[in-house]
Amino acid sequence: MSDRYISLANGPLKAVVKSLGLPAPARLRRFDAADPKGGFLTDPILVVGATPGGDELSTLLLANGFEVVRAVTPGHRYAALIGAYDGLDDPAQLGEVTLGIGKGIKQLSPGGRIITISRAATIFPHTTGSLTPAANAARNAVTGITRSLAHEMRGGATANGIVLDGVPMSAPSAVAALWFLLSAKSAYVSGQFLTVSSDRGTPVGSEEFAATGADPRAPLTGRLAVVTGAARGIGAAIARTLHRDGAQVFGVDVPAAGEALARTMNEIGGVAIQLDITAPDAGAAIAAQVGRPIDILIHNAGITRDRLLANMDRQQWDSVLDVNISAQLRINAALSELEAWGDHPHVVSLASTSGIAGNRGQANYAASKAAVIGMAAAGAEEFAARGGTINAIAPGFIETEMTARMPTVTRELARRISSLQQGGLPQDVAEAVSFLAGESAGGINGKVLRVCGQNMVGA
Amino acid sequence: MTTRRAAILGGNRIPFARSNREYARASNQDMLTSALDGLVARFGLADRRLGEVAAGAVLKHSKDINLTREAVLGSALSPETPAMDLSQACATGLETVVAISNKIRLGQLDSGIAGGVDSASDAPIAVSEELRGVLLEVSRATSVPQRLKALSRLRPADLAPQAPTTGEARTGLSMGEHQALSTAKWGISRRAQDELAAASHQNLAAAWDRGFFDDLVTPFLGVSRDTNLRPDSTAETLAGLTTVFGNSLPTEATMTAGNSTPLTDGASAVLLGSEDWAAEQGFEPLAYLIDAEAAAVDFVNGREGLLMAPAYAVPRLLARNGLSFADFDVFEIHEAFAATVLCHLAAWESEEFCRTRLGLQEPLGTIDRAKLNPLGSSLAAGHPFAATGGRIIATTAKHLRETGQKRALVSICAAGGQGLAAIVEAAE
Repeated sequence: MSDRYISLANGPLKAVVKSLGLPAPARLRRFDAADPKGGFLTDPILVVGATPGGDELSTLLLANGFEVVRAVTPGHRYAALIGAYDGLDDPAQLGEVTLGIGKGIKQLSPGGRIITISRAATIFPHTTGSLTPAANAARNAVTGITRSLAHEMRGGATANGIVLDGVPMSAPSAVAALWFLLSAKSAYVSGQFLTVSSDRGTPVGSEEFAATGADPRAPLTGRLAVVTGAARGIGAAIARTLHRDGAQVFGVDVPAAGEALARTMNEIGGVAIQLDITAPDAGAAIAAQVGRPIDILIHNAGITRDRLLANMDRQQWDSVLDVNISAQLRINAALSELEAWGDHPHVVSLASTSGIAGNRGQANYAASKAAVIGMAAAGAEEFAARGGTINAIAPGFIETEMTARMPTVTRELARRISSLQQGGLPQDVAEAVSFLAGESAGGINGKVLRVCGQNMVGA
Repeated sequence: MTTRRAAILGGNRIPFARSNREYARASNQDMLTSALDGLVARFGLADRRLGEVAAGAVLKHSKDINLTREAVLGSALSPETPAMDLSQACATGLETVVAISNKIRLGQLDSGIAGGVDSASDAPIAVSEELRGVLLEVSRATSVPQRLKALSRLRPADLAPQAPTTGEARTGLSMGEHQALSTAKWGISRRAQDELAAASHQNLAAAWDRGFFDDLVTPFLGVSRDTNLRPDSTAETLAGLTTVFGNSLPTEATMTAGNSTPLTDGASAVLLGSEDWAAEQGFEPLAYLIDAEAAAVDFVNGREGLLMAPAYAVPRLLARNGLSFADFDVFEIHEAFAATVLCHLAAWESEEFCRTRLGLQEPLGTIDRAKLNPLGSSLAAGHPFAATGGRIIATTAKHLRETGQKRALVSICAAGGQGLAAIVEAAE
């Protein structure tokens, strides 16, 4: 179901939309392999904040061919405004950087980016360590700043943060997170934080980050990826995107979806595996049919059986929990048991904003999706030991066959209540998945990244 | 000359559907293309050039001169993959497997696909010979009066379309009526036929239920299981059906719609390759096609039954390979009719038949029913003529691999008094 309102609001009804103050969703800047600029804007990037991170960042951007300025010049356009908050230990120091960003906002290019760089704060008392209350206050303040800026963004611009948890800005995954957030690949990510907690991961330049297809520098070159639920919708988009980024894809779906699965796999030279992931031996069957070490596993298969809890039966509860979380746990365990993982295995599991905020009629679904986030957090240690990662992606409202079946008013509302005032596309989810599945993201582990356009749900 | 082994690497088919139902609007080319695409996806062969694709159809439109090549061009395979059409009535599918295997064994091919397709729904309809003659004459005419003169010869009856039948060209008898003659001759009982049919349904249903076909079948047009399958069939329920063939014979009629195969639409494809090619691709052979033998009988003069040729092909094949029934773990005998299979079994058990017709000292022997069509066959799955060979070869190759059994005998009877038999051996 295409979003006709975006076409109207950017076309014949542009003036009406503006005069009535209606939501004005922009056409988002999305990654296109044919883009010679690799999904990056060419205007200069304004870096605010004289911190170690700010300096490292400027050097890094310059080395990758970006133009960097440290002060606003009237009349200039900026591709991104980056606020370096990493050296601060008192809320009193926040103003200078924040207001510095503020000066540039009106000059931010359409589809531009605001990125904050900060040190990890914690709101769990026993984990604050030697942090002073003032320092922790300053760090946590950045979340409020970033999220508010995300709400203020217009014209397809976004605001996100990179959180350095015991690592410098030069950590490979902090750098990769920077490319991801600057790139068109993060079109539908806003108001979110990428926390880098280790210096693992392969260093990557911005050009390599954007390489695709047969280019040997493409981020997933030589990697073998298994995607469940790959026949259509978000799963098919993930399969296509992993393939675009260089991976050999094995798509899994239930036998009944075999025709669509074959079509999707043939489009990308992939291999179709027809099986039900809830079968007790699904993990072993996947390992056997792939026949080679699995470098990347994307748990995308999921179902909904929406009912108010008062009307929900056992079957509706059990089937959702079994497909959406129990099968994933069993498959991960089986692949570990069989030592079927490749080097540095990356697992990305699809959660949902419903799993964060809950949703009326979705106690079963929300339980399973919140469970995914729990699985990723607790699985981080095991995957770190293998040199890999496990993370969750929580999509918000995404335009798929499933959401096309929603009642019109509910669907319209779901689209417009995000800061980007529109639904995301399957590709938006796929870009985030591919980023976390890459070797450069090895320092991001056990986390959940929302791809929701800063949807109010669960914010 | 040295030969090498031809490995059966896997297969794919679309679910078979009773004619004029779900696939009523699908052409042979649509179905064959879908079967090829499912196979390509299963093995990650998109955009790859394979050695050759051989396939065919029994009910074929005259426009489909290059049916297989057109299907390849419409599929995900590289357009540089050559293709050929083959035809041997119901043995077409197995004959394509034999043809591609032989080329692989001779080193002419490293890889190939063998397949077949048939639609009894989208069947070609021809014009009468009279109308065709007139139309050809009109096209040869050079003036309007000549054309009118030719057309004036047409009579209303000449305009009636002619649909294909399962009738034999030389006898005018339908295949069912031919089989009824053999059924009567061999005294095959109604009960035995119904039991065989019930076993076919039960075996096929069990295979579907345990996911055996998950990597052998790709859904098509929303169909994900063979639509002719009746899992709850029993000899008792089948006993209630009325007879449809042999009703005019002096003997008791025994053949019903339940113990005969229905008209069916479907397509199948089998991936074959040399051992080296398979190893390069990382594909593990399921089994090998060892040898094959075709036979034909004189049914026109009534010397033998129309569908009895496999009874002759099998002993010749066994003799050439120095094998007896005891050397086989699986017998895949195509169920054109339950009685066809039972006639073959009876012939091989008959001292007289084996002596007088096959020139053997002793009967070929009895086939253990537990080894016969263990995953069901055409009575349950249906029989889209040229697609049956590919179904049987892929099914039996996977079955051997899965069970660790060693050797399977495959036989298929065909119109025109023909039959084709083959030996499949498991990969070590």
